[in-house]
Amino acid sequence: MNQAIASPSYNEDVVKKFVIAAAFWGIVGFLVGVVIAFQLAYPVLNLDLEWTSFGRLRPVHTSAVIFAFGGNILIGSSLYIVQRTSRVTLFGGPALANMVFWGYQIFIVMAALGYVLGVTQGKEYAEPEWYVDLWLTVIWVMYLVVFAGTLITRKESHIYVANWFFLAFIITVAMLHLGNNVALPVSWFGAKSYIAWAGVRDAMTQWWYGHNAVGFFLTAGFLGMMYYYIPKQAERPVYSYRLSVIHFWAITFLYIWAGPHHLHYTALPDWAQTLGMTFSIMLWMPSWGGMINGIMTLSGAWDKLRTDPVLRFLVTSVGFYGMSTFEGPLMSIKVVNSLSHYTDWTIGHVHSGALGWNALVSFGALYFLVPKLWNRERLYSLRLVNLHFWFATLGIVLYITAMWISGIMQGLMWRTYDTLGFLQYSFIETVEAMHPYYVIRALGGVLFLIGALIMVYNLWMTAKGKTRNEAPIALAPSASSAGN
Amino acid sequence: MQSLLERNVILLSIAILVTVSIGGLVQIVPLYTIENTIEKVDGMRPYTPLEQAGRNIYIREGCYLCHSQMIRPFRDEAERYGHYSLAAESMYDHPFQWGSKRTGPDLARVGGKYSNEWHTEHLIDPRAVVPESIMPGYPFMATTPLNFDDAGEHLKTLRAVGVPYSDDQIANALADLKTQATGENGDGDVEGLKNRYPNVPLGDFDGNPDQLTEMDALVAYLQMLGTLVDFSSVDAKSIER
Amino acid sequence: MDITAISDMARSSWVVWLMLLFAFIVFWAFRPKNKERFEEDAKIIFKDDKNGGISHGGN
Repeated sequence: MNQAIASPSYNEDVVKKFVIAAAFWGIVGFLVGVVIAFQLAYPVLNLDLEWTSFGRLRPVHTSAVIFAFGGNILIGSSLYIVQRTSRVTLFGGPALANMVFWGYQIFIVMAALGYVLGVTQGKEYAEPEWYVDLWLTVIWVMYLVVFAGTLITRKESHIYVANWFFLAFIITVAMLHLGNNVALPVSWFGAKSYIAWAGVRDAMTQWWYGHNAVGFFLTAGFLGMMYYYIPKQAERPVYSYRLSVIHFWAITFLYIWAGPHHLHYTALPDWAQTLGMTFSIMLWMPSWGGMINGIMTLSGAWDKLRTDPVLRFLVTSVGFYGMSTFEGPLMSIKVVNSLSHYTDWTIGHVHSGALGWNALVSFGALYFLVPKLWNRERLYSLRLVNLHFWFATLGIVLYITAMWISGIMQGLMWRTYDTLGFLQYSFIETVEAMHPYYVIRALGGVLFLIGALIMVYNLWMTAKGKTRNEAPIALAPSASSAGN
Repeated sequence: MQSLLERNVILLSIAILVTVSIGGLVQIVPLYTIENTIEKVDGMRPYTPLEQAGRNIYIREGCYLCHSQMIRPFRDEAERYGHYSLAAESMYDHPFQWGSKRTGPDLARVGGKYSNEWHTEHLIDPRAVVPESIMPGYPFMATTPLNFDDAGEHLKTLRAVGVPYSDDQIANALADLKTQATGENGDGDVEGLKNRYPNVPLGDFDGNPDQLTEMDALVAYLQMLGTLVDFSSVDAKSIER
Repeated sequence: MDITAISDMARSSWVVWLMLLFAFIVFWAFRPKNKERFEEDAKIIFKDDKNGGISHGGN
């Protein structure tokens, strides 16, 4: 670093920490995912112990991948991007940023320890008990102060659109977290609490939260990443900045209404279900607007997809985003939902979004950030990035096709009648029929995990300053075509 | 105005907050104000202390991740599980446990469908009863003593969030807990328990009278699920969907 | 004004709100006057490279 940094010296140290944490929790989350996938195929793996049963490990998996892996890359990215698009260092100095980092890791550890020991609120994706919720609230406010403070002190007159998405993510997640977790502890010295809402009202509040954790954590936040990393890696501005503005407001307004589609045909009043379905279908438009905007950024530079596997990660993720945001509205239509709900189709849909969109764009972000943060000329190996890409993609394809088949099959089996007018299948027969697909799904997860391990190795070597002596990627196709 | 938004962080934040608030206000608040959101039916009562303890174990083990408690109004579900679920039936549920996935069957009306022995055996080793089952085994529950000495505190907390427990119910919480698990064979105040909680299932649920275990509580909870509302007395019009 | 009143208001007027908001944003985004500025804004992400922030391989 002999070159004097004329304009601001950014706080990259804390971003580095978030990057390392994201890679670490990613592996943990994928690994636990693989374990519980195998538990569903081979129940003996539950080991008959309290701490290792599916019911306790499943929240470890979901929290680890969403809040630990996703959260770390998201917060890290937002802090990296906000500095560079504002051209100032982080507000509050390194101390505040470090408190956000360590506070967030403590949140993750407290939550995960709780799950394994049986401490849970029993609300999906909002399992942490009251004391963990309070802790996260404090950390989140500090994060907001760092992020918004940096924006306020910026040297650029316009706020770059990625930051709008991050801001919406931070504010909305705060609102959802507070609204969904109002609880009264039985004792101030005990972990157990009772949630303030009951029954149908709790259900609506929960899926208002749950769906918008998808909408603002896994979508708005990650779109912020997309709007920075893709143009940056492609070295050309986003396809249409105006479309991104419309994309932002449409997503922000529409998403929040879609929650009730998780409660079709339940005891939730019909008017709420209809409202949820309507908005879910409307969401399809801005989602695809955003996808087009991301992918078309490459227009005129499509050849980069062949030579730059990092860009391929980023762009493929947007493709998966388009796919799952088409599937989502489809599944929110009540007739379709009557078949898909309660089945593995939902699980497949979630993973096409989580693995295809969130994880792939996160991998792209990690590959982008590590050489920059550790000041390396390039990644250790682009060929390993390429290998990771194929492992990950193949894993996703196995996963989601297995879940499509098992989900639709089970949904149909539940409602099949025999010629005498009786239900044809007992419930357990439909469980038995799932077995081969559960095995395939678990294998898909293994491939995905192997890919991520390859990535960690690659990033590790990059950070150490090693470069692998290898032929550039671009040569491969032309060499083979020359051979023909 | 918009150009102001894109330059002013505070204004942008407020605009975002207003935009994302509307959906929640429109969808959630009316559930508290529109009167027929929760049907008026006879039979609903708060959980007994033992059932609530069992429910807490159900939550602790993450049962809701594989079992729903929400029957939808379809013919096949009615035949498989029973009458579709009413909002009233989960009105005392903090939190709700409708679930989102049926890796295992719906449990909204599992109460009374199987014997206590079946449940105990099934929870200890599911494949001993249903060979194809993929459910985890919970053998430790049969030997873990139930820790619910603060039953009264739990009921008080639940009352604070809206469950109509009476002073009587709170004062007798721990006694009721034990009485329900010993039933007629114990020396507890069975009549008092029945008065406080109509339709309460009684007995030694786990087949081990020497010890009050987690298994007792969980089975007591499972055995009452969906049994409170008497549908023969419900006016069909009032719950029509 | 309590939360019920706000909720009732939102319930009855969200469609109008949605349409107004959307019309305004589209108008603003596609206003010819704003075109050039947006194109400039889109390039903000490249500024840090030129101005000597830590750039790709800059040691």
